[in-house]
Amino acid sequence: MLHYIGRRLLQLIPVLLGMTFIVFMIIRAIPGDPAQVILGQQASEEAIKALRTNLGLDNPWYIQYFDYLKGLVTGDLGESLRTRTPVVDEVWPYLAATIELSLFAIIIAVVIGINAGIISAWFQNSWFDYTAMIVALIGVSMPIFWLGLMNQWIFSIELGILPTTGRENVRDPVDVITNFYVIDTLIAGDFDQLATVLKHLVLPGTALATIPMAIIARMTRSSMLEVMRSDYVRTARSKGLSMFWVVYKHALKNAIIPVLTIIGLQMGLLLGGAILTETIFGWPGIGRYIYEAIGFRDYPVIQSGILIVAFIFVMINLFVDLLYGLVDPRIKYD
Amino acid sequence: MGKKKFLSWAFLVLLLVSTALYGCSSDDASENGESGSEGESAEEKTLIFGRGGDSVSLDPITVTDGESFKVTKNIFDTLVNFGEQDTEIEPALASEWVASEDGLTYTFTLEEGIKFHDDTDFNAEAVVKNFERWAAGDGEQFPYYGSMFGGYGDDEGHVIESVEATGDYEVVFTLKRPQAPFLKNLAMSPFAIASPTAFEAAGDTFGDNPVGTGPFEFVEWKRNDTITIAKFDDYWVDGEPKLDQVVFRAIPDNSARLNALLSGEIDLADGITPSDGATIEGDENLQLFERPSMNVGYLGMTVTREPFDDPLVRQAFNHAIDKQALVDAFYEGRAEVAKNPIPPVISGYNDSIEGYEYDPERAKELLAEAGLPDGFEMELYAMPVPRPYMPDGQKVAEAIQKNLADVGVTAEIVSFEWATYLEKAANGEADAFLLGWTGDNGDADNFLYALLDQDNVGTNNYTYYESQELHDVLIQAQSEVDEDLRNELYMQAQEIIHEDAPWVPLAHSTPLLAGGNNVINFKAHPTGSDKLASVDLE
Repeated sequence: MLHYIGRRLLQLIPVLLGMTFIVFMIIRAIPGDPAQVILGQQASEEAIKALRTNLGLDNPWYIQYFDYLKGLVTGDLGESLRTRTPVVDEVWPYLAATIELSLFAIIIAVVIGINAGIISAWFQNSWFDYTAMIVALIGVSMPIFWLGLMNQWIFSIELGILPTTGRENVRDPVDVITNFYVIDTLIAGDFDQLATVLKHLVLPGTALATIPMAIIARMTRSSMLEVMRSDYVRTARSKGLSMFWVVYKHALKNAIIPVLTIIGLQMGLLLGGAILTETIFGWPGIGRYIYEAIGFRDYPVIQSGILIVAFIFVMINLFVDLLYGLVDPRIKYD
Repeated sequence: MGKKKFLSWAFLVLLLVSTALYGCSSDDASENGESGSEGESAEEKTLIFGRGGDSVSLDPITVTDGESFKVTKNIFDTLVNFGEQDTEIEPALASEWVASEDGLTYTFTLEEGIKFHDDTDFNAEAVVKNFERWAAGDGEQFPYYGSMFGGYGDDEGHVIESVEATGDYEVVFTLKRPQAPFLKNLAMSPFAIASPTAFEAAGDTFGDNPVGTGPFEFVEWKRNDTITIAKFDDYWVDGEPKLDQVVFRAIPDNSARLNALLSGEIDLADGITPSDGATIEGDENLQLFERPSMNVGYLGMTVTREPFDDPLVRQAFNHAIDKQALVDAFYEGRAEVAKNPIPPVISGYNDSIEGYEYDPERAKELLAEAGLPDGFEMELYAMPVPRPYMPDGQKVAEAIQKNLADVGVTAEIVSFEWATYLEKAANGEADAFLLGWTGDNGDADNFLYALLDQDNVGTNNYTYYESQELHDVLIQAQSEVDEDLRNELYMQAQEIIHEDAPWVPLAHSTPLLAGGNNVINFKAHPTGSDKLASVDLE
């Protein structure tokens, strides 16, 4: 097992290296000059030139790339051109905000998605099955922009029960310790604040959960249908076990493997692909951090931000692969 | 064993979710506390200001972006200040000042008894130290200092020769040559006076923990989310600030920001789109604020390209374009039709000039007079990005195309990526192009000289328009210290430009803000950064 993990981690290196190279080349291929953006429209030609020299932007690209790699090896992710702060120092709050939101979303997606999929398969071709799958189809094709703004309108403006944007009640700010506000409010023992923080998670969380939830539901259903037709399930039924027990205990275990893969991939996508949700809900996450850096041509932030997201993406998938073994003992790693 | 683990994991998740959902439904009470300014904190008056983006740094001299100045304007003061809603110069940290006849020395008398937020004293020494810090920098560290004062240290262009403390509360500035907009420059947010003790100690990190003399002191910054500033009890203006706390919140999406305002989560919202203006005016709980315009959107004609080398053709274009229709259609009426290159809020604006009327017949006559009775073919550059002065370049270009077709001119619309667009226009490759400008310091020089003088051909003068007569007037105005004489010179300059018509000035747009009805005394400032000292909540 350890051997397996070690091998997987080693495989990571070329993947991430290749990725840094691609990102590096793409962002330099798009037109636009960071020095010009930083200094503004009024800046003189000399000031722009001086800044380019200072930032090392007039070196050939391969020197810039190797400088960047050299930094990475020593744990230096570079310094934001815009805020002049090392990326390592400023990235954590954004990352934590996104992880918190993604976890919340994936929990909603998994709990509702898997159960809806199971029940649909159990009562195949029933009204529940049809409704759930139509809803799932709508969910997959729903534009998040529209859904988010509609939810804000219904739940915040019309009903007044949920906040539209942000992570906290800014009139009663959370004392930041870990940057996971749910944990921070628990540490502070302030349950009113915890409730407020959870409420702030609901709208962006459900908006973000919609697509994965639909995908998970459809995946679970088809996987379950396959397993339910197998011999051992029939045997279990004929033994006189209750349907509930057969479905949730015997069938689910074999059906869950492909679903787990999907969950892992979706979780990774949520981390990097939450830009739209983060924009609409004013969520200070890493998606927006990277997106705004693109507008400012803030190369180190774009490169390192994407690197971090990619790293987490790969790690989640490694974790999911290890989970297979836990769920199904027949799967062994060596 | 595996199944047990899985089941218990699933149950844990269920438990978490139900707790979460319970939390969501249980306390409407605390939600009300959040959505109104009353509730849990009836005594504390907190204003929440929603805006499109976060600040870059709170050390104002190091940045050029408006979102930073919006905050620093309230943490720091400048030596002199702009008027409440215009760019006239008023006393601030300096209670009075005297300029020498030749415009080379300015003597400022400072207010006494002012404290920085770190309890150190504001005095002449502090002013000198700030200017020493900036002059020792470079274009990378302190970009605005170089562009407004001509350079740093011993640079030849550097206007400021020396800054000396001649008493505890008296500072003398000596200039190498007169600079008429000198006071207006000093009023700009980047040149706010910071606590020398604090910036010497903090070095590069001063922007994370700014210390000024302003009405509010810095409390907390959650990046990309909120910046919180709180009332400074020892603020030197009696009775100000009225608010206990101001929170600037970044909500990038315009519709979401409006939703947050409608649900009462924020008290003020910046960047209201023209099309939402009517919604807000129709809502009795909200009020709409108009920021006086300090910009201009225009159609430039490259005078080195035929047939635009003929002023008659350029005048014909001025008559051919229906500006009122453009303003109604694409600015939703939230703009003023332009007749001069500078907006009316700027002193020196020449209101006696009569704008070219929309008159296609007259345009045809002028074209005929120029020897082009059958019109001609041309390329029209359409801006690829929205700006406050040009909300939709493509559509404006299409409307202009139609106007021109009416007088027999066939315009083909072309567009490029923004950086390429500017470069091609600066190289004089466009026949006619859409562009605009937002002022920095509210001075006419910052528009007329920057955009239309022959010195700036190839940079910000994209039309290649050169007029010796105009140049002489603008250069004279740069060093004219007498405000009235100076305004007269600018009025004259606008007449020359009107006659030569290198542009079709289109519109001065009015950026919109909205707030709850409980916000009182908010006055939007044309520079885009608003001092909130006298703002209150009911």
